[in-house]
Parts: sequence; structure tokens; C-alpha cells
Amino acid sequence: MQKERHVLLVYPHPDDESFGKAGSVALYTKAGTPVTLICGTLGELGRNMGKPTFANRESLPAIRKKELEEACAALGIEDLRLLGLRDKTVEFEDPEWVADKIEAIIREVKPSVLVTYYPKHGVHPDHDALSHAAVIAVKRLPKEERPVIYGSAVTHNARDVIGPPDITFDVTDVLDTKLAAMRAHKSQYESMFSRMEEEMAKSPEAREQIEANLRTEYFWIYPVAD
Amino acid sequence: MQPIQVDVVQTKLSEYLNQEVYLHLETTNGAYAAHRFGQPMAVCAYIRNGKVKFERASIAGDKPYRVGLKMADGWIYAQGLTDFEVDGLGRLLLAGHDEEGRLAVSLELSRTPFPMSVLDEEEV
Repeated sequence: MQKERHVLLVYPHPDDESFGKAGSVALYTKAGTPVTLICGTLGELGRNMGKPTFANRESLPAIRKKELEEACAALGIEDLRLLGLRDKTVEFEDPEWVADKIEAIIREVKPSVLVTYYPKHGVHPDHDALSHAAVIAVKRLPKEERPVIYGSAVTHNARDVIGPPDITFDVTDVLDTKLAAMRAHKSQYESMFSRMEEEMAKSPEAREQIEANLRTEYFWIYPVAD
Repeated sequence: MQPIQVDVVQTKLSEYLNQEVYLHLETTNGAYAAHRFGQPMAVCAYIRNGKVKFERASIAGDKPYRVGLKMADGWIYAQGLTDFEVDGLGRLLLAGHDEEGRLAVSLELSRTPFPMSVLDEEEV
């Protein structure tokens, strides 16, 4: 992968940077690109509490913060910015106020690429609210200073609505790093991926199939209108 | 958390009678209920730091349990509670976990406000 000036990741929850995207992040840092991660909330209202359960509603935020820091360490993300918003409430905040926070960081780190969810295709309301705010922030910059926006579209109908992905990253070379980052989110990973782990352990064929899916990550370039 | 012990929870509930306390009440089937789990829609409701006062508090049922708190002008209710904890700050945490250990319902009581962000806690 080509070295970028700086990559800015804009996500609302710990684990958004890892599930489905950790390979791309690892490729960037491996290429020597500095990466800044904006994490909007601490996923305080997640329903996954570990498997078996080890977190509770009140202990979860601190646990997820630590997990996020571990994932950042695995991925080589040296600059983590927490916005202190609250899980599930991002869409009810003033988008311009949220954009202010993102804009300040964009002006500071001057990213050439901004990675977030693809607006309106993030499924989780927090995903769509934060990507919307990121677009507002980017639009405030003079055209020549704007980073390119790479969006993850995770809706089922994404390809019908916005077409095939513009960017496909083969993350084979950093698959171990990707899995390490995903597993760092222990409270979430074990609930969400325990079946996948069981299948991988069961047969080499199943492992091959699962790893094949994990080896490719997709992004769509979001066109920023004037 | 540990499986609910009715007598311990009942005693703890009674300690909050007739005084203003902070309530966290929540139910959720997950933000991806419709997208990934084939349910008609994601359903969630929560209130954090509702200031409430109740004059009667009872736990009922048998794995899972129900809790009802009777206020002067209304009721607070939660169903599907399986686990409890009195945490280091003396707060009563009740939760209902599904067969995968995921939180489905939560009812918590505290004499002091529940934090809105662990970032705030760190600054103190």
C-alpha cells in the first residue's frame, strides 16, 4: 500500500475501527502512514458483555476503553482522540457541534484520507450520525485541503444503491494483526465471533473459507459535493 | 454479576425506599436486531439518572425475576432479570442476560448519579 500523508479514522464505537477494517488500518501503519483515530463514544450501551459475561452496564465503558487502547497498540495507531459522546445519542446532538470537534482535528492532523462509515449506509444510527458530521466538517475546508473520504457501506442493499466498492484492500499480509485487533475487543469479540472461532478450530477448510473473507476489505469513495 | 439471590436483592431494594434515588432502566434487543438477527426491528428504551422516589419495592418470579417499584404517582417495572451485583460504590445493579450472555434488560439504583462518561470520572 502507498504511504499517505495522514489517515484519520472517524468512528463512534470502540471496535468499529477493527471489525471489517483493521486490516486496512494495519496496512496504512505498516506503510509508515500516521493514523489518528477519533472514537466518539465508549460503546457504553453495548449489549455484549463478554462470553461468558464478565462486564456489566457500569463497568463496560472503562473495559471498552482499555480494549480500544489495546486494539490501537496492535494496529500501530499512536493518536487516539475520544470525543466523550454517549452511545446511541450521537444522532440527537447538533450535527454542526459534532462537526466542530471533527473539523478541529482535521485541521490539526491534515489527513489525506478520512475513513468512516458511508453516510446513510452504516446501519447503526451512531455510524450514520458521525459520518454525516464528518462530511459536514470536510465540506468546511477549502477544496484543495479536503481529505478523500473512504466509507464502509454495511447495509444489505449498498451495492444496488451506490454500486460496487471503489477500493478493495487485500489484507493477507496483516491478517494476524487484524485478528489481534479484533480479539482485543474481548467484551464484544467473544459474543460476536465465538462461533467463527469454533468453526475455524474445527476444520482447515472452514478456517480457509473464513480467512478468505477476512482477507478482503472494501471501501466506497464518498463524493463530497461543493 | 451473579445469579439473583431474592433475599439479598429484596433487602437492598428496601434500602432505597422513601428517598430520592437515581434510576437506570433499559431494555434492548441490540442495534443490529433487524440487520443481522432477523427480527422485525431494533428495539431499545432507556432512562439514565431518572430521579425517582418509591414507597414499595418488590422482586417477584423465579428465574428470571421481575421487579416493581411503586411510586406515589406511578410504577417502575422490569421483567427478565437474571443477575445482580452490589458494586463497589454500593449501587444495586440488576440485569437480564439472554442465553448468549447478552444484556436484554437492566435496572439499577444509586443514591448518587450514574456517570455519563468514564472520561468525566477520570477528570475528577
